Amino acid sequence: MRYVRGFLRFWYDFIVGDDWKIAVAVVVALGAGALAVLAGYGGSALFAPLVGLGVLATFVVALLVDVRGTR
Amino acid sequence: MFTSAVVGLAVAVFLASFVEFVEALTIVLAMGMTRSWKSAWAGTIAALVALAAFTAAAGYALATWLPEAALQLVVGTLLLIFGLQWLRKAVLRSSGRKALHDEAEEFREQAEAARRAGQQSRFGLDWFAFVVSFKGVFLEGVEVVFIVITFGLNAQNMPVAIVGAAAAGLIVVVVGAFAHGPLTRVPENTLKYGVGLLLATFGLFWAVEGLGLLAPGHHSLDWPGGDWALLVLLAVWLLLSRALVAALRRPVAAPHAAVAGAQRVTEEV
Repeated sequence: MRYVRGFLRFWYDFIVGDDWKIAVAVVVALGAGALAVLAGYGGSALFAPLVGLGVLATFVVALLVDVRGTR
Repeated sequence: MFTSAVVGLAVAVFLASFVEFVEALTIVLAMGMTRSWKSAWAGTIAALVALAAFTAAAGYALATWLPEAALQLVVGTLLLIFGLQWLRKAVLRSSGRKALHDEAEEFREQAEAARRAGQQSRFGLDWFAFVVSFKGVFLEGVEVVFIVITFGLNAQNMPVAIVGAAAAGLIVVVVGAFAHGPLTRVPENTLKYGVGLLLATFGLFWAVEGLGLLAPGHHSLDWPGGDWALLVLLAVWLLLSRALVAALRRPVAAPHAAVAGAQRVTEEV
């Protein structure tokens, strides 16, 4: 059990890292993009830039929440 | 031949690998200089063997089982998370909200821990030095392997990715051998900032392309301008990060150490 926990811990630390809010920010923005693709908007020329803006926005929010928490 | 994607690939892999190798070198040097060179080397070699096995398994699995769009989505998302973690730290460091990474301090901490640790011998090796060297090289190495595999597969140019990482490793080892100490003069904080920008750029590019997996044809989506969009994304991440640094910068009415730190940030970034 200790090894399983250590194994999972390793991958959590490796993928999620120091701040889980960053991972959540990425998943939320790309998740919204995935829903848009499923709704048929993936072919639009504006799709990629808009998803990019979404990732930028969620990153800023995650960082501001982080800073606010440590102020 | 040398498209923006290929140049970006080589630079990103080289810089990311360089930073990881510097950190691994610090750990191995601390163990070798304070405990046992033989055990530190044994730990390093064991980690390299484990990394080779990991690379073969992960590379084969990713290249064989995942269709292109799925590969882009999975590794793009992971690269984006890695890149934004690095960028977050860079922004916090540059704005004076987080201490700068100091390789000399890291070396002192590792060496102090090595001196305090008890003596335990297994298989004729100083077990502490072996395990710490193994873990240090393996953990930093996994990141290098991940970056090489994902960049190489996604850019469909594995040789460039491998050469980039190998060149970084060779330079760090050679310079480390001459310096016989941690590479404190490497502008590591600036490098990490740059790597964060590159990983975030490529990660976002590929992750969005990979969302095409969910479209009717399951084909990758396209960015306007193709590979040239990478340069735009890089510029956008750079501008955003500079704006965040400016907005989050702490007033300098702080103790002497913080003032010195802020000056170093200004010089480095």
